[in-house]
Amino acid sequence: MLIMRHELLLIVITVILLIVEIFLPNTKKRRIILPAILLMAAVTVIGFLPGTPGIMFGGMYQATELTMMFKNILNVGVLIVFIQSVDWLKQEQNKEKISEFFLLILSTLIGMNYMISAGDFLMFYIGLELATIPMAALAAYERLKEKSAEAGVKLIFSSALSSGILLYGLSMIYGTTGTMYFTDVAPLITGAPLQVLAFIFFFAGMAFKISLVPFHLWTADVYEGAPVNVTSYLSVISKGASVFVLTIILYTVFAKIAVLWSDVIYIITILTITVGNLFAMRQQNLKRFLAFSSIAQAGFILLGIIGQSQLGMTTVVYFVLVYIFSNLGAFGVIGIISNRTGKENINDYDGLYRTNPNLSLVMMLALFSLAGIPPLAGFFGKFFLFTAAAKQGYYILVLIALLNTIISLYYYLLVIKAMLLNNSDQPIAKFRSDNYTRLGLIMCVAGMVVIGFTSVVYEMVFNLSYGLH
Amino acid sequence: MSFLTLFIIIPVLTVIGILLCKNHIQVKWVAVAGMGLQLISAIALILMYLAERRAGNLAEVLFVQDNVWYQTLNIHFFVGVDGVSVAMIGLTALVVFAGIFASWDIKDLPREFFTSLILLASGVFGFFVSLDLFTMFLFYELAVIPMYLLIGIWGSGPRHYSAMKLTLMLMGGSALILLGLIGIYFNSAPNGGPLTFDLIKISKETLPMNVQLFFFPFLFVGFGTLGAMFPFHTWSPDGHASAPTAVSMLHAGVLMKLGGYGCYRVAVFLLPGAAHQLGWIFIILATIGVIYGALGAVWQKDLKYINAYSSVSHCALVLFAILMFNQTAMNGAIMQMISHGIMTALFFALIGMIYGRTHTRYINEMGGLMKVMPFLSVAYVIGGLASLGLPGFSGFVAEMTIFVGAFQNADVFHRVATIIAASSIVVTAVYILRVVGILLLGKIRNPEYEELTDAKWYDKISVVTLIFGITLIGVAPLWLSDMITQGLGPIVHKLLAAAPGLN
Repeated sequence: MLIMRHELLLIVITVILLIVEIFLPNTKKRRIILPAILLMAAVTVIGFLPGTPGIMFGGMYQATELTMMFKNILNVGVLIVFIQSVDWLKQEQNKEKISEFFLLILSTLIGMNYMISAGDFLMFYIGLELATIPMAALAAYERLKEKSAEAGVKLIFSSALSSGILLYGLSMIYGTTGTMYFTDVAPLITGAPLQVLAFIFFFAGMAFKISLVPFHLWTADVYEGAPVNVTSYLSVISKGASVFVLTIILYTVFAKIAVLWSDVIYIITILTITVGNLFAMRQQNLKRFLAFSSIAQAGFILLGIIGQSQLGMTTVVYFVLVYIFSNLGAFGVIGIISNRTGKENINDYDGLYRTNPNLSLVMMLALFSLAGIPPLAGFFGKFFLFTAAAKQGYYILVLIALLNTIISLYYYLLVIKAMLLNNSDQPIAKFRSDNYTRLGLIMCVAGMVVIGFTSVVYEMVFNLSYGLH
Repeated sequence: MSFLTLFIIIPVLTVIGILLCKNHIQVKWVAVAGMGLQLISAIALILMYLAERRAGNLAEVLFVQDNVWYQTLNIHFFVGVDGVSVAMIGLTALVVFAGIFASWDIKDLPREFFTSLILLASGVFGFFVSLDLFTMFLFYELAVIPMYLLIGIWGSGPRHYSAMKLTLMLMGGSALILLGLIGIYFNSAPNGGPLTFDLIKISKETLPMNVQLFFFPFLFVGFGTLGAMFPFHTWSPDGHASAPTAVSMLHAGVLMKLGGYGCYRVAVFLLPGAAHQLGWIFIILATIGVIYGALGAVWQKDLKYINAYSSVSHCALVLFAILMFNQTAMNGAIMQMISHGIMTALFFALIGMIYGRTHTRYINEMGGLMKVMPFLSVAYVIGGLASLGLPGFSGFVAEMTIFVGAFQNADVFHRVATIIAASSIVVTAVYILRVVGILLLGKIRNPEYEELTDAKWYDKISVVTLIFGITLIGVAPLWLSDMITQGLGPIVHKLLAAAPGLN
C-alpha cells in the first residue's frame, strides 16, 4: 500500500473534504479553506518521506523514485496554487462553491499521479482523462461570466478531440504489438509504418495537452477565459505532468524509434518557440500574454527531451520545477491584482512600482526567471536545457532557441517597462495583499532563488533520471 | 576562502545594507562605504599581487579558490587572477567609486538606483575574477541586465528606446557567447577525460580546428558586441546618450571592457588557431570601427554622442590590438582598456556635471565655461589631452604601445591596417580640440551662464579620483605594464604555438 502512497493520501483528503463540505452550511463554506490547505501541506510533506518503489496490478501501476519525485513536484505546485487562491475564493461570488475548487483540483491531481505512474497505456489513458475532465469544470468555474463558460466548453472540446486522436494512436499500438504494457510494447516497436502513424497520433494528442504548435490554438482563449488561479494551475501543473509523462514514454516505450521522434521534435521545437514568442509580443491581456509565453516555454522544454540522455531528462524535470515557481510567481501577482482591481492588461500596470513596489518586484523576478536571467533559477534551467540539446550536436537548434530567448526577453521587458519605467495618471491604487498571497509569493521567490544557487536539487534529479543511451 | 571572493561578497552586503536603509542620505553613505571598501580591497589586491610576484611566485593564476558547484556538469565556482584581471579589477573599483559620487544628486528612487548600480558592479567584479566559463557567463549577464532599469528609469531623452535597444543587442551578443561556451565545453577534452568549463584547463588543450573555426565567430562577435565592434556598436551611442551620468561612466568605462576582456580571455585564448585564421575579418572590422568612431565623433553636436563615438573608436582599437597577436600590441590593448576606462569615465562624469548646470548638452549653445567653472573645465582639458594621446597621460602609453606592436607584423595587410588605424589619432585631436575650443574657451554666449557654480565637493571627489588614475598610469606606467606582461605570458605563448608564422 505504501507504494501507492501519493494517490491514496490524495484520495483520503479528497474524501475528507467532501464529507466536511456536506456538513458545512452554505454561508460558512469559507471554513473549508484552511483545513484544505493544511491537509494538502501534510500530503506534500509526507510525500517527501522516503518511499518504497514497486509495481502493482501486475505492472499497470509502477512507482519508482523518479515518479515519486514528479508527484512531489506537482504537490508543491498545487500547494502554492491553493495558497494563492484564497484571496480569490473569499470573494462574494464564490462563497457557495469554494469546496468545489479544491475537490476538482485534487481529482485532477489524482489523475495526473496515476498517469505518471502508469505502466500501461490503459492506466495512462484513464489517468489522463481524470486529469482533463474536471479541468473543464474548473475553467468554467465562474460560469456566469461568458468568457469563463466559453473557456470550459473550448477546453472540453479540444480535450475530447485530442484524447480521441491519442486513443486512436494507442489502438494502433495495440494492433501492431498486441499488448498495452510499456515494458512489453517497447521491444516490439520496430518503426513499421503503422507504428510511426501510431506515434504521430500519440504525440499529437500529447502536444494538445502541452500546447505545442500547431496544436496550441485552444490555449490563449482558455487561459484568458478561466479564472486566474485556474489558469495558473492549468499552465503549470497540468502542463508539467504531461511533460513528465511524455518524457517517460518517449524514453522508454519509443526508445527504439528515437531517430524518428527526434526529427519530429526538432521541427516542433522551432515552430513552438518561434510562434509562441511572436504571438506573445502582440498581447495586451496578461493572461493571454502568459499563455503564449508558456507555449514558448514548452518549446524550450522540448530541447531537453531531444537531448535523449540522462542529462536531457534531468534538465526537463529541473526546468519544469523552475518553471512552476516562476510562472506561479507571475500568476500570483496577476491574480491578486485582478481580484482587487479587475485589471488584467499590461498598460494597466503602468507605474505599478510606485504604488505597489513589492508586488512589482516579485513580478519582475518571476519574469526575469522566465526569461532566463541570472542569478535566478530560470537562468540555470535554460542553460542546462541548451547544454542537453547541444550534447546531441543540435547546435543550430540551440542557436535558434537562443535567438528566441532574446525575443522573449523583449516581451518580458515590456511588462517590466510598464511597471517600473512608465508613469501613469491613474496607476493601480496601493493595497495590502492578504497573508496567504504573501506566503504564496514568498514561496515562489524562495524557489526561484534557492533552486538555482544550490545544486542539490539538480543533482538529486540527475541521480534519478535516465536516458536512452 | 580566497581574498577574491570578497569582491563578490562586498557588493552583495552593500546591496543588503542599502535595502535596510531608512532614507536616501543613508543609502548614499552605505553605497560609498561599500564601494570605498571595494576600492581599498582592490588596491590591497594590486599590492598583494605585486608582492607575490616579487617573491617569485610564478603560478599562472594567483589567489585561487575552487569549489565544485554542479558536480555532474563539472561546473565550479573557480576564481583566480592574473596580472590582467588584477588591473581590470583596479579599474572597475576606481570607476565605481567615482560613479557613486557622480550620482550624488539622484532624487528619484535613490535606493533602487544604487541597488542596480552596485548589482551591475558586482557582475563586473565577478566576471573579472572568474575562471570558470559558466560562472563567468553568469556574471556577464548579471552585469548587463541592471542596465535596462538604470537607463530606462533614470535616463534622459529617448530612454525607453535606448534601454531596450541596448539590452536586446547585448543579450543577443550574450546568446552567441553562450552557444560558443557550450561548444567549447563539449570539446574541452579532446584527449578524453571529463568535460570542463575550467578556463585554465581548457587552455592547456588544443581544440580540434573545425570546432575552433565554427565557434570562434560566435564568441568574438558576442563579446565584440559589448566591446562595440563595428557594425554591432549601434547600441552604444544611443545607450550612452540616454544613460544617467554614473551609468554612462560605468558602462563606457567598465562594461565595454568586459567585451574586450572576453574577446581576449575566452575567444582568442581558447581558440587561437581560429583567431589566427579568421583574425583578418575582425581586423578589418576593427579598423573600420576605429576610423568610423572617430569620424562619427567629429560630426556630433551632443557632448555625450561625441564621447560615445569616441568610445567606439577607442574600444575598436582594443580589439584591433588583441588581434595583432604579439606581446607588445596585446600589452597595449590592456593598457588601452584601462586608460580609456578611466578617461571616458572622467569625460562622462564631467559631461554629466556640466549638463546638470547648463541643462543642455549641445556644444553650440555653450561657450566660455572656463570662466564660470574653472575646476570642471581644467579637468575636461586634462581628460581631452589624455584622450588624444598626449605624453604624460595614460592614453599616450597605451596607443603608442599598440601601434608599435601592430607595426611589428611585417606583412602588408597588417601594416596598412595599422597605418589606417593610427591616422585616427589625428581625427581624435580634431574633435577633442574643437569641443574644448567651443565649449570652454571664448566668450560666454548665454548670459544666464554667468550665474553657474563650479564643482561641488562630491563632484570634486569623483573627478580627482579619476584624474589621479590617469596621471598615475601616464607618469609611472611600468608597474602596470609589468603586471600585464606577466598576465599575458601564457596567452602570447599559446598564440605563438598556434600561429608559428608570427613573430
